[in-house]
Amino acid sequence: MWEYTEKVKEHFLNPRNVGEIEDADGIGEVGSLACGDALTLYLKVGEDKKIIDAKFKTFGCASAIASSSALTEMVKGLSIEEASKITNEDIADYLGELPKEKMHCSVMGREALEAAIANYQGVILPMAQGEVVCECFGVTDIEIKRAVEESSLRTIEEVTNFTKAGGGCGKCEERIQELIDEVRKTAHPKPIPMGGPKRMTTVQKIKMIEDVFDREVRPTLKKDGGDIELIDVDGDFVIVALRGACVSCAKSQTTLKEYVEKKLREEVLDTLIVEESKV
Amino acid sequence: MSENSRIIYMDNNATTMVAPEVLETMMPYFSDLYGNPSSMHNFGGQVGKVVDRAREQVAALLNASPDELIFTSCGTESDSTAILSALQAQPEKRHIVTTRVEHPAVKNLCESLDSLTGHKHRITQLPVESDGTIDLQRYEDSLTDETAIVSVMWANNETGVIFPIEKMVEIAKSHGVLFHTDAVQAVGKIPIDLDKVPVDFLSLSGHKLHAPKGVGVLYVRKRTPFVPFVIGGHQEHGRRGGTENVSSIIGLGKACEIAGRHIKTENTVVRTLRDKLESGLLKSIPKAILNGHKTMRLPNTSNVSFEYVEGEAILLHMDRFGICASSGSACTSGSLEPSHVLRAMGVPFTAAHGSIRFSLSVYNTEDEVDFILEKMPAIIANLREMSPFWKG
Repeated sequence: MWEYTEKVKEHFLNPRNVGEIEDADGIGEVGSLACGDALTLYLKVGEDKKIIDAKFKTFGCASAIASSSALTEMVKGLSIEEASKITNEDIADYLGELPKEKMHCSVMGREALEAAIANYQGVILPMAQGEVVCECFGVTDIEIKRAVEESSLRTIEEVTNFTKAGGGCGKCEERIQELIDEVRKTAHPKPIPMGGPKRMTTVQKIKMIEDVFDREVRPTLKKDGGDIELIDVDGDFVIVALRGACVSCAKSQTTLKEYVEKKLREEVLDTLIVEESKV
Repeated sequence: MSENSRIIYMDNNATTMVAPEVLETMMPYFSDLYGNPSSMHNFGGQVGKVVDRAREQVAALLNASPDELIFTSCGTESDSTAILSALQAQPEKRHIVTTRVEHPAVKNLCESLDSLTGHKHRITQLPVESDGTIDLQRYEDSLTDETAIVSVMWANNETGVIFPIEKMVEIAKSHGVLFHTDAVQAVGKIPIDLDKVPVDFLSLSGHKLHAPKGVGVLYVRKRTPFVPFVIGGHQEHGRRGGTENVSSIIGLGKACEIAGRHIKTENTVVRTLRDKLESGLLKSIPKAILNGHKTMRLPNTSNVSFEYVEGEAILLHMDRFGICASSGSACTSGSLEPSHVLRAMGVPFTAAHGSIRFSLSVYNTEDEVDFILEKMPAIIANLREMSPFWKG
């Protein structure tokens, strides 16, 4: 028997905002029947870009239903900008606590929210572009790395609790360990900022990223005949396109991760993830 | 979560209530009669006589001889003892035939044998049909000169499907292979006659038949080679060390005596209640599917899938009404995948995650069945209303 908080039980037994929104502005669908849980989130966005209504349909256990219910309550009245900052930890906090084996339920809530916002904005989530690491549950390396970073995960078991990756046949455990090592190697000890974690708006991020590009990155790349262009910023994901000699350079991925991402993390925000635009 | 104090217990394949008569029989051995059966003095020796009496009661239920029984701590210990004994007694044989639907006590042991023993083993896990039954030809074809032991459960804990143990033993015997059956779910629910079904080893567990937890039995047929698992004193004729769990053994004896009397009730009264519950659920709830063979099944077990909803959520809603059952869903199995038994049967994911097992006992009543039938349709409908896959 799972130890659920009273709030989880309450949201499970009396879920808020169950249903669909016929003329939804953003719909996010995550999970599948095979996985054992799935969530479809519907958002109605007003003219001022505020979420005026949110509804959900969830197939899953008590914590999946409670997480969905909590999520809809949390986003109502927020601007898209504000809503996009909600993390799975926020959902778990709202519910008091989730058993560690059930953290993936809150992650599913966050992913549905991201998917619904992306759908509203008409963009494709970078997650889906990653390499599928866990074939049983269709989890990509981007999702795993982000969970490792954001929730400071250290073991394969923790990654499974948060993302489900590795919870099926277990064949991907080696790869998960590599990803954990990769993230933990590049992660900087997070400074404890005054007054809570550092939060930046997308506009702030874009300005600072462009600034770092102009000041440091472009001059370096140009020495080798290359260039870089900022395409989009979506949450922590910085989507860039490489230009000039970089396009045909075999080491361009290393450059992106080891140099560009590192620079941005040092100078802008230590949670940023740089991805190459596929367009 | 229960909103009332009434408990409707339909999870008897998980564990059972200790029968009041059983508890009563046990009580003196916690207080006045605490002697050690191995002692020379009469104070302890008299307890030894009662343990012998319990052994006779268990033997009677199985139609076995009392000296073929070893008291253990649980069904799992009995399973481990049987399989490891067969391997040690025939060190030249390193092949085991079992099924994909075994209890973890057998399944996980077989899967750990290589690291446990330092020897390489070949494990054949026989597949099952979609109704949980087994293909006997395939079984026979799997037996080789290398096969040390066959270990096949008598009845499945999740679906209640009964394997044709009599035929399977006969086939094993014709190939000269030892046969073990995990009969933890079968004993007390269906008649078992070891004179007619000559298995070499049989495991049973006290707490599945209204005796307490912490006591089990391993039956070892006369002349079957045996190597002990728990090594220590001379208890159980040197076949299992450790001071006897006297009160529980006495309780198990009593429980077996009662089970012998109740076996007819199990197959008439309990079966009728189970059938009423099952047909009621299948009739009143759309997209409800029975898992397991319709008739080759324990009289007390019904495993029903409610498509497009998840088992843990169903169980927690049932819990509010004090209804206790189990599920084979991922969230309740302690892993992220649904029950290995339902997956072996090829039950689609849409149904496996929403499977609920009801397992009755002689203590259940028709009122309770009616209550469940009254509550379940709304619970399922309510959760389906929430499910993105339900296109009701």
